[in-house]
Amino acid sequence: MSPSVRLQEMIRVIRGARTQGEERGVIQRECAAIRAQFRQADNGTRSHNLAKLLYVHMLGYPAHFGQMECVRLIASPRYNEKRVGYLGAMMLLDEKQDASLLITNSIKNDLSHSSQYVQSLALCTLACMGSAEMCRDLAPEIDRLLRASNSYIKKKAALCAVHIVRKVPELGELFTPAARSLLSEKNHGVLHGAVVLITELCERNPDTLEQFRKAVPELVQMMKGLVMSGYSPEHNVAGISDPFLQVRILRLLRILGRNNDTASDAMNDLLAQVATNTDSSKTAGSAVLYETVLTVMDIKSESGLRVLAVNILGRFLLNNDRNIRYISMTSLQKIVQTDHNAVQRHRGTIVDCLKDQDASVKRRALELSLALVSAVNIRSLMKELLLFLSSCPPELRAHTTSGIFNAAERYAPSQRWHIDTILHVLTTAGGDVRDETVPNLIQLITTATELHCYTVHKLYRALITDISVQSLVQVACWCIGEYGDLLLRGECEETEPVQVTEDDVLDALETVLQSHMSSPATRGFALTATMKLSTRITHNVDRIRSIVSIYGSCIDVELQQRAVEYNALFKKYDHMRAAVLERMPVIDKSSPGHTNGESTTIKELEPTKLTQEIVLSQEPSNQVCDLLDLLGGSGEPLQPSPSLSSTAPGPASSTAGGDLLDLLGGLDVTPAPPSVTVYEKNGVTLKLQTDRQTDTGMTVTLTATNSTDGDITGLTLQAAVPKSVQLQMKAPSGDVIPAHGLGQVTQTVLLNNPNKVSLKIRVRVCYTSQGSVCQDMVQIDSFPSPAW
Amino acid sequence: MMRFLLLFSRQGKLRLQKWFTPVTEREKKKVIREMTLMVLARPPRSCNFLLWRDLKIVYKRYASLYFCCGLEDQDNELLTLEVLQRYVELLDKYFGKVCELDIIFNFEKAYFILDEFLVGGEILETSKTAVGTAMEEAETLQETIEEHMSKPTY
Repeated sequence: MSPSVRLQEMIRVIRGARTQGEERGVIQRECAAIRAQFRQADNGTRSHNLAKLLYVHMLGYPAHFGQMECVRLIASPRYNEKRVGYLGAMMLLDEKQDASLLITNSIKNDLSHSSQYVQSLALCTLACMGSAEMCRDLAPEIDRLLRASNSYIKKKAALCAVHIVRKVPELGELFTPAARSLLSEKNHGVLHGAVVLITELCERNPDTLEQFRKAVPELVQMMKGLVMSGYSPEHNVAGISDPFLQVRILRLLRILGRNNDTASDAMNDLLAQVATNTDSSKTAGSAVLYETVLTVMDIKSESGLRVLAVNILGRFLLNNDRNIRYISMTSLQKIVQTDHNAVQRHRGTIVDCLKDQDASVKRRALELSLALVSAVNIRSLMKELLLFLSSCPPELRAHTTSGIFNAAERYAPSQRWHIDTILHVLTTAGGDVRDETVPNLIQLITTATELHCYTVHKLYRALITDISVQSLVQVACWCIGEYGDLLLRGECEETEPVQVTEDDVLDALETVLQSHMSSPATRGFALTATMKLSTRITHNVDRIRSIVSIYGSCIDVELQQRAVEYNALFKKYDHMRAAVLERMPVIDKSSPGHTNGESTTIKELEPTKLTQEIVLSQEPSNQVCDLLDLLGGSGEPLQPSPSLSSTAPGPASSTAGGDLLDLLGGLDVTPAPPSVTVYEKNGVTLKLQTDRQTDTGMTVTLTATNSTDGDITGLTLQAAVPKSVQLQMKAPSGDVIPAHGLGQVTQTVLLNNPNKVSLKIRVRVCYTSQGSVCQDMVQIDSFPSPAW
Repeated sequence: MMRFLLLFSRQGKLRLQKWFTPVTEREKKKVIREMTLMVLARPPRSCNFLLWRDLKIVYKRYASLYFCCGLEDQDNELLTLEVLQRYVELLDKYFGKVCELDIIFNFEKAYFILDEFLVGGEILETSKTAVGTAMEEAETLQETIEEHMSKPTY
């Protein structure tokens, strides 16, 4: 029986096993037999035994005992044994295994073998799993093969060189001359390998990039040849001649043309030609067009070409093929910042894609729609987004809600619209919104003074319909507590007023208090709202008194504490009650996170994707909590509430009304923080100032001044922080510091340190002073005010 | 470059795995499991592209087999669909109307063909015929040696 049938027989038996246990049994028997065979002397069946082992390995069973057999088979003089040995090496050995070093010598010998197929085995294996040491050892061999061999070997050597350069970048210089000469080959396989190698070399070494820019005309010619050539049966794919090579050439041209006018000019005509002549009815053509568009957008192309590229993307958007629509939106996302108007033209189609069945397409459409929101289209676009929210897949909901809120925050045409939008989102998807939404909405409502009546009516209606959405219920309770008198008055200009009695309102709040759906925080809101109503209603104060005293023995500690304090307010401090429960003044939105962080100029040492998320600082929530806990901080006899934030209110004064004002005043005061000079050299001074500390967040302001005679230009600051700290750099005020200390450049950095690790920040300063470029690194280990 | 190429059946059984970067056995199993779950969960006629960790995943279904590969950021997804198509065509040419059983029982041949087409995560040969020719010539080399082995010794 020929050995290979034995392999297939084994596969048949394994597949015939009916249960997992049976399969395991068969495999254990086979593995034992294989192990025994490995121990025996050479009997001509070694390669088949290894093949059997590889099959077993693919099923997921351990096969490490085959590693040494691979090494032995690779050293065998027989081709079929070598072949299976190398296959085993690629499957079982990787650079982490010690055994992999043992095959280095075999590979070295096989690289100079007389048969090109043996050479190719060695090259393939080296390119697949060669470790850094192996690569260093064998690099000269590969270089030799790149120059003097037939095209079958040259193309494999080229990709092997690519692997070596990836593993050991310094060896790139070794391959540069050979790579250059490979460009004049005719064989497509070799050309493709050469282009990949050159791409890899240029990406890693800017000097090599400079060198290869001279090859742009040659590459352009090559590409033209491919585009204009007639039908070649060997390389033709759906009417395109060798799309694989075309795409790689375009990718190389992109790297060579980036930030370089001469190179970009040289390729302008070619790109226009490819863009117009390529037939995109099949995937191959679309792939080439896609790469062309990416190249056009990345180099310094003329505006006509850019318009052509965006139009191609627009055409792709209307394509029936989902893949092409997806690709088009991915590309549009990349250029939406720079070519905003061009992308706006296709807004309609993009918004239609929101309704697509496919989850990937929906996600892309959402990202792009959010990026396209502007003051002009906010109303219509928001309608579409809200429609999308009602039917969007669950994994996208959180992202959608935060995107909608950001957009509404930036472009709201009116406060009423803004409030309506947020309420709509809360009713549709209140469970998926961020925690900061509640305090933000409350803050927004307080600022919209004319709309208090309208808001409280809307929220009341929402509350009596449904109390399951916690965020909505919390805001509704707060509003009713605050503006209950407007609700009871029964008149409203903006909307149909509800005719409610005091009992109805108290019923609604009590329902929230007693419902098992309400979270403890929500019940806290409801209880406080009930208490506040005691000064706003006239008849049912006794009811409120009784509710409050009942909750004085509630199991929930927070509620109990509140109830006890409110009880005390009724009994001992009734004279203060009216003042304490007065209407809130407008809450100030004063934290830096609320200014729009334009993402185009954010620079960080850690790479980040372009996102539109505004960092919402914790200030508003602290302020609201403080204000709600006024009762905790106002008088000495009352116990301080455990939820007092770190920015403690100032000492209370003796008069009741004064209490209120002082507390509010105390919250806002933070002493002007000291600034520390962290860098002083060449007349450039960099000062650091920390302020607005919250529990885990801190704002650092870097100020740069210049005392030399000439302007400092091109100032860039980059910052790095320990791993668990989050960093966001805001746009600097500029990059030129005027001479003689006449001006300064400031840049704000937001830090968030949730794990409270010791904070260090390393700042790299780059600038051009009197024609020379300077670059310095500064490490700051201690901060002016006690951080954590 | 391509980071990995996996072939698995509709039941999630692995038929071929090629890893172009060093990955531990444990990590390999994890990736295979996640790929299988993600790809098999996709409804028919969906988009063939997914995002997973920092990679772009391109998959295509051919009869009962799913071809799934992981790409880096700069790679062209549409071109990768063509790469998968080309590989299937090569298998088809070699085996003659290839089906899943061919790949199961002759997995080592499938690997050999792959190694003539893709190396180190990049395309090695763009010509349709060159891969087939190389395979044939290698087979003759193999046969020669087997004949040599089966010759009686004196």
